[in-house]
Amino acid sequence: MENYIVFLPLLGAFIAGLFGRFIGDRGAQVVTTGLLLVSAFLSILVFKDVALDGNSRSTDLFTWINSGDFILSWALNIDTLTAVMLIVVTVVSSMVHLYSVGYMSEDKSISRFFSYLSLFTFFMLMLVTSSNLVQMFFGWEGVGLASYLLIGFWYEKQSACAAAIKAFLVNRVADIGFALGIMGVYVLFGTVDFAAIFPQAEALSTAQITFLNFEGHALTIICLLLFIGAMGKSAQLGLHTWLPDAMEGPTPVSALIHAATMVTAGVFMLCRFSPVFEYAPFALEVVTYVGAATAFFAATIGLTQFDIKRVIAYSTCSQLGYMFFAIGVSAYGGAIFHLMTHAFFKALLFLGAGSVIHAMHHEQDMRKMGGIWKMIPATYLLMWVGSIALAGLPPFAGYFSKDLILEAAYAAHSTQGTFAFWAGTAAAFMTAFYSWRLLIMTFHGNPRADEHTMKGVHESPMTMMIPLLVLALGAVFAGWLGYSYFVGDMRAEFWGEAIFVLEANDSVEAAHHVPTWVKLVPLIAAISGIVLAYVFYMFAPGLPAAFVRMVKPVHSFVYKKWMFDELYDFLFVQPARKLGRFLWKSGDGAVIDAYGPDGVSALTRRLAGRASRLQSGYVYHYAFAMLIGVVALITWYIVTNAGV
Amino acid sequence: MQDHLLSIVTFAPLFGALAIILLVRSENEEAVAKNSRWVALWVSGVTFLVSLFLWTGFEQGTSDFQFVEQVEWMPSLGLTYHMGVDGISVLFVLLSTLLTPICIISSWGAVKKRVKEYMIAFLILETMMIGMFCALDIVVFYVFFEGVLIPMFLIIGIWGGERRVYAAFKLFLYTLAGSVLMLVAILAMYFESGTANIVELLAYSFPVEMQKWLWVAFFASFAVKVPMWPVHTWLPDAHVEAPTAGSVILAGVLLKMGAYGFLRFSMPMMPDASLYFSPLVYALSIVAVIYTSLVALAQEDMKKLIAYSSVAHMGYVTIGIFAANQQGVEGAIYQMLSHGVVSAALFLCVGVVYDRMHTREINRYGGVVEKMPNYALVFMVFMLASVGLPGTGGFVGEFLVLVGAFKANTWVAALAATGMVLGAAYMLWLYRKVVFGKLEKDDLKSLLDLSLREKAIFLPLLLITLWMGIYPPSFLNIMSASVSNLVNNYEAAITASNAAPMFAQVFGQ
Repeated sequence: MENYIVFLPLLGAFIAGLFGRFIGDRGAQVVTTGLLLVSAFLSILVFKDVALDGNSRSTDLFTWINSGDFILSWALNIDTLTAVMLIVVTVVSSMVHLYSVGYMSEDKSISRFFSYLSLFTFFMLMLVTSSNLVQMFFGWEGVGLASYLLIGFWYEKQSACAAAIKAFLVNRVADIGFALGIMGVYVLFGTVDFAAIFPQAEALSTAQITFLNFEGHALTIICLLLFIGAMGKSAQLGLHTWLPDAMEGPTPVSALIHAATMVTAGVFMLCRFSPVFEYAPFALEVVTYVGAATAFFAATIGLTQFDIKRVIAYSTCSQLGYMFFAIGVSAYGGAIFHLMTHAFFKALLFLGAGSVIHAMHHEQDMRKMGGIWKMIPATYLLMWVGSIALAGLPPFAGYFSKDLILEAAYAAHSTQGTFAFWAGTAAAFMTAFYSWRLLIMTFHGNPRADEHTMKGVHESPMTMMIPLLVLALGAVFAGWLGYSYFVGDMRAEFWGEAIFVLEANDSVEAAHHVPTWVKLVPLIAAISGIVLAYVFYMFAPGLPAAFVRMVKPVHSFVYKKWMFDELYDFLFVQPARKLGRFLWKSGDGAVIDAYGPDGVSALTRRLAGRASRLQSGYVYHYAFAMLIGVVALITWYIVTNAGV
Repeated sequence: MQDHLLSIVTFAPLFGALAIILLVRSENEEAVAKNSRWVALWVSGVTFLVSLFLWTGFEQGTSDFQFVEQVEWMPSLGLTYHMGVDGISVLFVLLSTLLTPICIISSWGAVKKRVKEYMIAFLILETMMIGMFCALDIVVFYVFFEGVLIPMFLIIGIWGGERRVYAAFKLFLYTLAGSVLMLVAILAMYFESGTANIVELLAYSFPVEMQKWLWVAFFASFAVKVPMWPVHTWLPDAHVEAPTAGSVILAGVLLKMGAYGFLRFSMPMMPDASLYFSPLVYALSIVAVIYTSLVALAQEDMKKLIAYSSVAHMGYVTIGIFAANQQGVEGAIYQMLSHGVVSAALFLCVGVVYDRMHTREINRYGGVVEKMPNYALVFMVFMLASVGLPGTGGFVGEFLVLVGAFKANTWVAALAATGMVLGAAYMLWLYRKVVFGKLEKDDLKSLLDLSLREKAIFLPLLLITLWMGIYPPSFLNIMSASVSNLVNNYEAAITASNAAPMFAQVFGQ
């Protein structure tokens, strides 16, 4: 069954991509969406079989690479962790496919778009069903490719092309870490198969490895290298710069790839590697700090942006930070729980934003929106649902997962855990604030768009509304439906062997016993964020400007996204090209060629020129030369034999 | 046929060339051109089909030479005409026989002057290439190794672009410097061991001091052919001036000769010296990967960009070889094979637009996808294979090389891995500039998509690239016994002599 789940989307991508001209746009839409719906349906069956009935399994398809003892296969490996991801990926993807039928209806290359979407889904499924690190890397790079293709889908736009390349390259930087991590695993464990790695982790927990003249704890080094890979894909602090730019892609892409699925691949990878991370406490500490810092930092930027999609993008970045620090305090179940709920409500928010953008004739700037809630009430309502879930108000999905993560961080009783708790709480406050800032600026107040646009504001067609509705159901119910399985009483049975936590690190258990104020603080933070947003944007609209003036330098620093792009441009992008030119002209040209072939040939010509001058044709020149030769020979003879 | 299969495959093209010389005569220049093309295509096509018997008849699991032929040549000197292939060389023979017919098809309309001579040159070139990979007598090897240069020199010098003479002279000068030293080394080996038989030489152990001198002499020749930094500057010029098919064969097969030499001579015959000099090779290879990738970023000419990328990719190959473990060496061979297919295809991709627009300047293009969607797809696949995306042939070789390097020295692996980013940077940039963007330039608006002939060229290369990415065992199984034999002998030799690399204390490990 899992064969069909994984390969039906690939089939769809092939048909739509190669035969799009023959089956037409409608044909491409029907084929890809239909196959994805089948795939999603099968995923639900597999989920029941694997996660609820406990029938984990792994099927080897055929050998992929066999070089010496470096042997691995193409495989489909399904355990609870994978089953959850299968549901998230196929459900969100099929909804996005359906939504795109409406959203992209006026585009000129529809079949190409659907082909890319299905191709992405295939790679993502290969990633989550891998039974070894290299197949995971295949899926990992594959989703990167699909992301590159979809960000640059409107290839006529310079900015889209630039964003696509940036996304690919930043991810590649991180992938160096991932690749080196894989090699480290192979050298240490002698295999890259999960099933063979994990049982050895405990025995190797004291092993040392030398990496770059630096001898250290082997598992820590390996885990940190893998984490660098995860940071790229999941847009963590420092390697996040590609994610906001990725919003150049069509909105359904942002919902599928840059909110619900691909960016969570890093979280998935770390959870998959929980049996190793558990023995690398320092690596977990680093993960916690990076995750918490990202949650906070991205939320601050979210406060200041005006592009509706960028606000949600930074929100995604921030929420991914939550998932990472959950992993850092060993609350893997909590991280995956939040991954799932987030997939629903964030996809909902993105698609809702897409619906708004669709209604407003592709306007994305919130300063040019406002006053439209009565015109598109269904979208408005669904955006509320998504925002409540994101802000974490009960009983919506985000409340269960986010609060659990914060409680687990607190319950870890470590420096980094406490740091994460407070950073996460501050981020929760900001999250609520920018969510309602978004709602109010977009839907309320006086209309700021021109008359022509306002006249055209309309509710989206059914193909777009149904997916929103399905995702809204997830955003409302996924939390309390999943709670006891993912992090509650049933979690041991539910996860089986998919996730491993050392007894001493079990922060999910401890999270259930924290003081009441810990449970209340995030909620209070969220509510005060909402209230403040109302004050700022509804009741006293002059306040934001006044406030910004007050903290001008801080605001512009944050508004410019903490200057990361400028910094990287200065440090890497500009020098690379200049250095390349310098090496070409000066290295290859002025040194190697000038002293190499060109130099040799010039020298030969010069010497030949001099030699030819000797051949003057005058007998007395030659006689003179002979005489000198004879003198020299005699002198040499006398000098060397003088002593005899 | 089985007994003389190698000779048939090797000399069939030469007979084809003779046939063209002797039989294709006519007053009508058109007819001569047409007939030469067809004869060349038939001969190279049949050669390719016959060479497939090498694939099917090859016995896996043994490192012995197969399809061996041995005839006395100069008995007084102990020289024999001795041919045979093992798991390391057989795939290169197939690569050569595959690419030659593709080259001939790709030159169908592109080459207009002296077609007859052009086809003759290509067929002779094919014989030389195949002979070089099959030769089991060191003198026979030398003859083929140097013989390759002559037709290539002519192809660049006669059918090349504007600065063809400069490019040909540069190629010649570099190569000559190396081969003189190699000849001296070959003579020294012959006088030391008393045999020119490669199989016997593989079993002979040379004194350590002598090994170092021999190694350096061979290195001088092979490093130029690879080409390794800093003796790479002939390559960009040669590529830019060569006709498309010349670039294809140059990148596809000729660049592999140097690395093949390392595998056939330097590693097994001079193991101590190979270990001793391995830090030097690592250093030059890493410089090649980083330096030439940066230089590639600054290029304005498509062919030059791909030429520089070849230097970077070959840097991986030399790293893999001198990592001297199963993954490293297999990765290196794999990388050579996939680079042979992928870079050949990339040069063909450049050729496609060059034939239409007669320029290779990157800035003259943009938005080509609008008019040439099929071309864009094909170019995309090969671009990604060059970048080393998993699922394409480029990934397997690159990754295995890095695995091997990581085992040998983590510094080498980490520094070489930067090529993953730099390689992606220049290829994506190239693709964006040529294929993406708005179609604004008027002369591009009349572009036609791939013709049937062009599709026929690309389709096999495309399928092979994916095959190499998805099911590598087809290729790895063939090479594994020979490679493990090579690696084991190498390790036994260096353990026996207690050899150490230069600067051992600096690099640790």
